[in-house]
Amino acid sequence: MTVWEAAPRRRRARRRHLSRGDRVVLTLMAGVPLLLTLSFVWVPALLSIVLSFSSWPGIGGVSSIKWVGLQNYHTIFTIYPQFYPALEHNLIWLAVFFALPAPAGLFLAVQLDKQIRFSRIYQSVLFLPVVLSLALIGFMTELIFSPTQGLLNNLTGHAGQNDMIDWLGNPHLNIWAVLLMACWRQTGYVMIMYLAGLKSVDPSLKEAAALDGAGQWQTFRHVVWPALRPINVVVLVITVIESLRAFDIVYVINQGTNGLELLSVLVTDNIVGEASRIGFGSALATILLLISMAFIVPYLISTFRKDGQE
Amino acid sequence: MQRFSTGNQTFSRRSMLRGALMGAGALALPPLLSACGGSGSSGGSSSGSKVVTYGSNAAVPQPKGAYETLFAQAQKATGYTVDVNWVDHNTFQQNITTYLQGNPQDAFDWFAGERMQFFAAQGLCDQIDDVWAKIGGNYTDAMKAQSKGTDGHYYFVPFDYYPWAVYYSKSLWAAKGYSEPTTWDEYIALAKKMKGDGLIPIAFTDKDGWPAMGTFDYLNMRMNGYDFHIDLMRNGTNWNTPQVSAVFEQWKQLIPYYSPGFLGLTWQEGAAQLLNKQAGMMVLGLDQIGTIFTGAKADDLGFFAFPEINPSYGQDSVEAPIDGMMLSKSPKNRAGAVALLEYLGTAPAQQLWLAADPADIATANGVDTSKYTQPQTDSVTLIQKASHISQFMDRDTRPDFADPVMLPAIQQFLNSPGSVSSILSGIDKQAKLIWASNG
Repeated sequence: MTVWEAAPRRRRARRRHLSRGDRVVLTLMAGVPLLLTLSFVWVPALLSIVLSFSSWPGIGGVSSIKWVGLQNYHTIFTIYPQFYPALEHNLIWLAVFFALPAPAGLFLAVQLDKQIRFSRIYQSVLFLPVVLSLALIGFMTELIFSPTQGLLNNLTGHAGQNDMIDWLGNPHLNIWAVLLMACWRQTGYVMIMYLAGLKSVDPSLKEAAALDGAGQWQTFRHVVWPALRPINVVVLVITVIESLRAFDIVYVINQGTNGLELLSVLVTDNIVGEASRIGFGSALATILLLISMAFIVPYLISTFRKDGQE
Repeated sequence: MQRFSTGNQTFSRRSMLRGALMGAGALALPPLLSACGGSGSSGGSSSGSKVVTYGSNAAVPQPKGAYETLFAQAQKATGYTVDVNWVDHNTFQQNITTYLQGNPQDAFDWFAGERMQFFAAQGLCDQIDDVWAKIGGNYTDAMKAQSKGTDGHYYFVPFDYYPWAVYYSKSLWAAKGYSEPTTWDEYIALAKKMKGDGLIPIAFTDKDGWPAMGTFDYLNMRMNGYDFHIDLMRNGTNWNTPQVSAVFEQWKQLIPYYSPGFLGLTWQEGAAQLLNKQAGMMVLGLDQIGTIFTGAKADDLGFFAFPEINPSYGQDSVEAPIDGMMLSKSPKNRAGAVALLEYLGTAPAQQLWLAADPADIATANGVDTSKYTQPQTDSVTLIQKASHISQFMDRDTRPDFADPVMLPAIQQFLNSPGSVSSILSGIDKQAKLIWASNG
């Protein structure tokens, strides 16, 4: 871990010799992104939280905003029938993304890292879905799972009227059909992350392990896996983000209704539309924000704490 | 000259600012945008411009071509060139609030009914009593009533419309010897017979969510009458009543005859079942089914009015959504836009457009009906016989209620028909909140 120790010392040493030009450059380099982040991420996020306590059709000026306290949240938790299914689906999405694409991506990455023949071809094939947008994958889901015209039902002979499997219309099935396609894409994404991580693992470590008589699994468990820790944080964060921001694929299929409700869809339904319920939609968005915070913040805190101790 | 250049400078700075805001995807900034748009337009209201700007929701080739022909003719008739901003139909609808508060075109496509009145009441469009002084003679009283806001002023020029009915393939029916039912019992008996003949009795699809609304509207109007229906749509009270509950109970009788897997099918797939003679009948609008039964098949499309359930209401109401045009709040070229709307409100203009679109009928009187296809002619008869015309659920009720609340509620009912009472109380609570709030 020499790299970790050297870095802060070097940084400290350099700070003393900052010229005026350096200071200007650094201020600009830190200040401009900070300003952009503040104005396009934090201020809108805070405004959303503020608006979530209001009732506002989005028509007319700020004067037409009516403050209603916690009423939007009360409505969401008591009489908004789409909320609990959406919450449940988001959590299922999160659980499935952790259970399937994350380990599968790691597994594939480790296999591809072994310098097998045609590795590049496998890599491109597995990474290909990541290039496609989720909206496009939504269209592909329809082509595959459509009950009468889809590939799957026609191949398995379930497209007839009496034995049809209603992959897209049955609310107990469609979420899994969609998740399968989403996982297909996510696996390639995770794989590329891990592949990049594995390339940076010093080969001499593995050689040393091999000389010590470690088997494949032992090498992975005790040498490679610990070295992948920074990548794990990245994978965790993208898994949480990707599963909470899931939207396009279900919106393409049925606008996120009938078994495909997601919090992101409910936010869109209420805010972007012929008549907007901006306050209500903001309350939903705030709930989504809190959920993502609940997953990401504790992990990041513990990670930074460990980094600080080293 | 100097004034002009100053004005020009301010305008370009404003439009740059606006561009920057739009680029940031600042959805929640309509008031700011409208402020820019408003002052920009008052500053640049140079008279005598020969261009009218137009926001169209018809970006797909088929209606777009028809509109292009129409606007070319409008240029000859009025002397104004129409500069069109083509937008996808659903995108246009989704963004209408932001669009109208931003920097909208002078005139734009929209729909009659509550959907028009809602935006008129918010002050987002211009009243056009002056247009109606010219075109009033072209329209029936029913059409006039559908073009006014709640304040009694005109806001809308009806252009084309189409009925909802029960559609079928005439050749299939002739082969099987079916005849058109007029009452509920005959309707159910026919469906039973079709099932026995190995057909899907009623092609029904609701993946898109909205097609089922038409069936609800008809059941409600047939069972509880037009006045009850419109009151339910406009005021949002009465959802949790025995009358509405009865509608859903009646609806349950139809579900066994629907297309298998209907919640996973689009209306196009359902219409294809009708076209391919797999299905016997389908409740849909001519505007949709007419695009499937085209060319030589057009005259094979037959239909009948949704059957009678309560004899005191009979078949007196027809669902016939009207599409048309409106003026935005402060059009840059109002004189030109008025001239354009006056032209669009005439029979020749509508006839010209309909030549390319046999799935709609004209709203103005005096169209040469000999050029209509059989379904178009029958549609005119159906609508003229009706004593009440409704629009459609998502046009008769508040926009923040129809899609966000009713669409999923009906899907939920179709999924689990047993839970009517809890679904209705859910709708009722949400309706009360939405009508009580301002957004």
